[in-house]
Amino acid sequence: MVMTTHEEKMRTVRFKVAEEPHIVLDPEKCRTCAAKACVCVCPANLFVPLDDGSVLFNYEQCFECGTCFLVCSKEGALRWTYPPGGFGVTFRES
Amino acid sequence: MRAPKPTDHFDVVVVGAGPAGSAAAIVAARAGLNVLLIERGEYPGAKNVSGAAFYGSAMLNKLIPGWWEQAPVERYICRRDVILISPTTAVSLDFRSASPDYAAPPYNAFTILRPKFDRWFAAQAEAAGAFLLTSTVVDGVIKERGKVVGVKVRRDDGEIRADLVIACDGANSFLAQQAGLQRRLETHELSLGVKEVLGLEEAAIRERFNLSGNEGMVLEYVGAITDKARGGAFLYTNRNSLSLGVIAQVSSLVETGKRPYELLELFKAHPAVAPLLRGAKLREYSAHLIPESGWEMMPKLVASGMLVAGDAAGFCLATGLYIEGINYAMQSGMAAGEAAIEAHRVRDFTRHTLERYTELLWPYNVFTDFRAYRHAPHFVNGERLQNLYPEMAAASFERLFRVDGNAKQKILPLYLKAMRQSGAKPRHLIADLLQAARSYLW
Repeated sequence: MVMTTHEEKMRTVRFKVAEEPHIVLDPEKCRTCAAKACVCVCPANLFVPLDDGSVLFNYEQCFECGTCFLVCSKEGALRWTYPPGGFGVTFRES
Repeated sequence: MRAPKPTDHFDVVVVGAGPAGSAAAIVAARAGLNVLLIERGEYPGAKNVSGAAFYGSAMLNKLIPGWWEQAPVERYICRRDVILISPTTAVSLDFRSASPDYAAPPYNAFTILRPKFDRWFAAQAEAAGAFLLTSTVVDGVIKERGKVVGVKVRRDDGEIRADLVIACDGANSFLAQQAGLQRRLETHELSLGVKEVLGLEEAAIRERFNLSGNEGMVLEYVGAITDKARGGAFLYTNRNSLSLGVIAQVSSLVETGKRPYELLELFKAHPAVAPLLRGAKLREYSAHLIPESGWEMMPKLVASGMLVAGDAAGFCLATGLYIEGINYAMQSGMAAGEAAIEAHRVRDFTRHTLERYTELLWPYNVFTDFRAYRHAPHFVNGERLQNLYPEMAAASFERLFRVDGNAKQKILPLYLKAMRQSGAKPRHLIADLLQAARSYLW
């Protein structure tokens, strides 16, 4: 099929999931952030706004593109590193 | 050849086995330097995404003669379309050339797939004598007395020492930032590319895109294709797949709240695009940041014991007319490799000696091109150029070719009317034409 849902897209990508998350959010800082730009820019749709105003991040399917880090306007709210060597996204065709 | 131990001392450590890193490693290793090439992916190319059209064939031919005969290339590019889009209409400029400059060795450009190409290119660095260390993350540089003397890696005892570190660690260059060479980047300086590779039979690709044999085509779209977000879209032919994607300036994604993968679907559903994709099947989805601001966002490129090349240095030329990065990555990598050789010869890796790298970026045509087109990235991301003018062009052609029983209008009144209807102001048009001239003409 040509047209695909986001879930169908994500199923085509290979990830080797590390034990520890490589991106960690500070719930207190996220709660005070009105913009939450991370939620709409993430190409893998991994940021989920919660009822209490904080944001949940699912690191397992991260492309490691860095867009969330770029748009995060709250100093220190988003700690960003790469996954351990060999882990994380592994493109085969792109 | 024995395997490198992290405790070894290297002449050069190259961080990142993309086109810049492998090119630097090839040049330095061929001159007999002891080179370590570090890659965080399971294999080179595992973390890399491009369109990908590679416009540096003639240049790479100097480094590896006849490279296309051994490298995993998809198709050589002999057709190129630029397409202005409104929601219902497309107006295109179609370029096709059978001239030997395009259709005979060393060819002008190829479509490639990065996980395959980068793996091959890094293997050339190994063949030249460099050590390739994969699955290894570099977390930072080691600095002593103001000089970079190695890198911190997340394995074994964690330190690798070298006379020179060449940072080719991509669009998010944490090494350049750590070394104090790059500031924190702004959201308007980078674009996010989302991409799909769709499988399609060779015969269908040839027929649909009017190609013979191993001819290939690139199509570049501007206008309503990205809705109100600023950017464009592309469609490239591979051997038995299509690469297509949408590129949007990150700041405009934030402003519009548009989800990048929804823009991708919008593009695929456009009446000018959908028929080209019929029956194709999704093979892989991917995303990557692109440093698009060129001259403006360029970091300092040299520190004592360190050089920056490729995307890490912002060497992606995005002018609307050109969207090229792999070639500049290689050219800057080669210049860095050459600077390493000269520094090694005089056993001096201070900033003063390493400045040779920035001198070499002129004859390697990196600085020349980025300087010549320094006004273009800002110009192409302007609101009117992105949305208003493509739609205006589409609307006026729609009117021009429509036969509806009314008297025909001549072209000038027709265009003036299209301009009025779209809300374009003559003074803006004149200002934009001047900007365009300054960006592209001289």
